[in-house]
Amino acid sequence: MIGADAMIQCLEAEGVEVVFGYPGVAICPFYNSILNSGIRTILIRTEQNAAHAASGMARMTGRPGVCAVTSGPGATNVITGIATAFADSIPLVCITGQVISELLGSDVFQEADITGAVESFVKYSYLVKNVEDIPRIFKEAFHIANTGRKGPVLIDVPIDIQNAALSKFVYPEEVNLRTYKPTVKGHAVQIRKVIRELEKAKRPIICAGGGVLLSNAEQDLRKFVEKHRIPVVSTMMGIGVMPSRHPLYYGMVGNNGRAYANRAMNESDLLIMVGARVADRAVSQPGLITRDKVLVHIDVDPAEIGKNAGPTIPLVGDAGNIIRDFIEEDFECEHEDWLRLLDEYRVSMGIKRNPNPAYVDPAAFITELSEKMEDDSIYVADVGQNQIWSCTYHIVKNGKFFTTGGMGTMGYSIPAAMGAKLAAPDRQVVAVCGDGSFQMSMMELATMRQHNIPVKIIVLKNNYLGMVREYQHYTYKDHYSVVDLSGSPDLEMIAAAYGMGFYRLENMERASEAIDTFLSSAGSMLMECVIDPMDLVK
Amino acid sequence: MQKKVFQLLVDNTSGVLSRIAGLFSRRGYNIESITAGVTADPRFTRITIVTSGDDVILEQIEKQVAKLIDVRDIKELTATSSVYRELVLIKLRTTPEQRQAVIAIADVFRANIVDVAPDSLIIELTGNLSKVDAFISLLDGHEILELARTGITGLSRGSDDVAYFED
Ligand SMILES: Cc1ncc(C[n+]2csc(CCOP(=O)(O)OP(=O)(O)O)c2C)c(N)n1
Repeated sequence: MIGADAMIQCLEAEGVEVVFGYPGVAICPFYNSILNSGIRTILIRTEQNAAHAASGMARMTGRPGVCAVTSGPGATNVITGIATAFADSIPLVCITGQVISELLGSDVFQEADITGAVESFVKYSYLVKNVEDIPRIFKEAFHIANTGRKGPVLIDVPIDIQNAALSKFVYPEEVNLRTYKPTVKGHAVQIRKVIRELEKAKRPIICAGGGVLLSNAEQDLRKFVEKHRIPVVSTMMGIGVMPSRHPLYYGMVGNNGRAYANRAMNESDLLIMVGARVADRAVSQPGLITRDKVLVHIDVDPAEIGKNAGPTIPLVGDAGNIIRDFIEEDFECEHEDWLRLLDEYRVSMGIKRNPNPAYVDPAAFITELSEKMEDDSIYVADVGQNQIWSCTYHIVKNGKFFTTGGMGTMGYSIPAAMGAKLAAPDRQVVAVCGDGSFQMSMMELATMRQHNIPVKIIVLKNNYLGMVREYQHYTYKDHYSVVDLSGSPDLEMIAAAYGMGFYRLENMERASEAIDTFLSSAGSMLMECVIDPMDLVK
Repeated sequence: MQKKVFQLLVDNTSGVLSRIAGLFSRRGYNIESITAGVTADPRFTRITIVTSGDDVILEQIEKQVAKLIDVRDIKELTATSSVYRELVLIKLRTTPEQRQAVIAIADVFRANIVDVAPDSLIIELTGNLSKVDAFISLLDGHEILELARTGITGLSRGSDDVAYFED
């Protein structure tokens, strides 16, 4: 057995079913050995998307997504995908091939110091120096990626190590990391303090973030808030913790969020942030959420607690564990007036749009699309104005909503949707992007075709990098610079070139039947929605 | 702004120092000095970092460092319950006439003269920060040709908070 065989056996031991990647000589031993396994390989068309696809898969399965690329340019290309997963706390294991160990540091062809380069975007990285270390390192990597605050781990394996003979392969049962022991169980005293505050509170609210989804605790959260009738808002990464139309859910907070959600948060007297970072886009003025209220901050990463706002009650641990502990507590709280007030806000502070009837209205379109999507469908939103519209108007039923709220990397939606679809082939998966973000990942249409991954794609076409155009509209009084997307290809021809179905929707008149056609089509399909280039999210 | 001395016990992996230094520079934390050396158990390295910042920053430093996978333990070495030491080597320009005066100052501080040349000498001094600073300021009037400080290293007093090695 050689190192490459050992790497594959490690992946098998971890239950990995799909590896996304792109080869080069330095990773060829790995891709040779993988042929002897049941693991499916997906040849993605650019390495960044291998990490995004692995991210989509990880978000569906709850296990680390895996990608494997070659040394040098392959490794550097994957960095943006790794950084995206890091910012969004998505567990990945990224394997990079490396030049021969002996030549490391001598700037040979396709050598890049990838462990050095990704240092600030990974939870941890390894440069394998001894073939016998492979089982231990892989075991640790999967463990680190998927415990505590989740995130990417990179393993750099020189080609000579991949080819070296291994004396024996034993996959460790357990990891033995002296220095890494994340706290997952909430402190009982702190938990009781929170309950005491809940008993006292007149205007409690829970703000749920991506951490709730990462700990697979949506059902627990729902159970808890329904039991005590506690209202919930979410961050962008937390969308999907509650069905959008759940009576206790009051939308997304933040500078792109719902006005009534922000107001609810600001007027609360007890704010419980759970699995949320109190990041700048969600809470632009951390001072406001500590003034006049009790702030409880629950996070598995102690470094997040107190980073942006000093909580009254810090509570370190896994969101799911802690919410389940809350459910066990016997207590009463009463705040029907508060809920009535929030319901009034929800009605009176809704968004009033004035859509141009000559175009597709993204708000009405996304609402109708999501109403027609299957109950457990997966909606993947890209970045730009389209992301804000998706966050605002997509109605999550019992499915999932994925986007990159932490890094905001354009081009995320298509590869991430592919990863999600591969993880859940029976579920409807729709990626929604802008024409700029679409063109950043357009090459993956070939991957979809080659590997038969029938993702449905919607392009909200405005011929602009809309979000930046909107910024230039407000900040530079319509002094537009490098935001015009003229020269973009005819999407109908693109769809035909990749053998995809196509539909162009030019206004709302036939939106309903267009959506039906789109959703019921058998394979992958591309739908272009022509929207008003001058439309604004704000 | 206040100063704090942190002591870290870290796994002696390759790249551990760059991970720690990288964290400080990336997040804009100050490092006033950093010293590192292997412990009685060669699998671990003990690092002493002197840093400064306001309360929030200092709390973040402690938490972010603790989060690094290789870091086994981090604690503050407070002035009252710890011993700090720094070693400094000072090369002074000294004429034969000045030499005696310099040696006299060095004696008071229990510093050693470790090298003498016709026009210079090297003094070695060990002490805590204030002793080293006081000594250097007393040398005012002499030309310091070169000065090398190790940065402080330290240990907490007593055995209450020892982080024991385990296997
Ligand atoms: C990789 C990357 N480059 C640049 C940006 C900055 N950026 C944010 S939104 C945006 C425009 C997105 O345009 P498009 O995909 O057409 O969507 P729209 O805003 O028009 O809906 C840009 C350039 C980014 N987020 N990601």
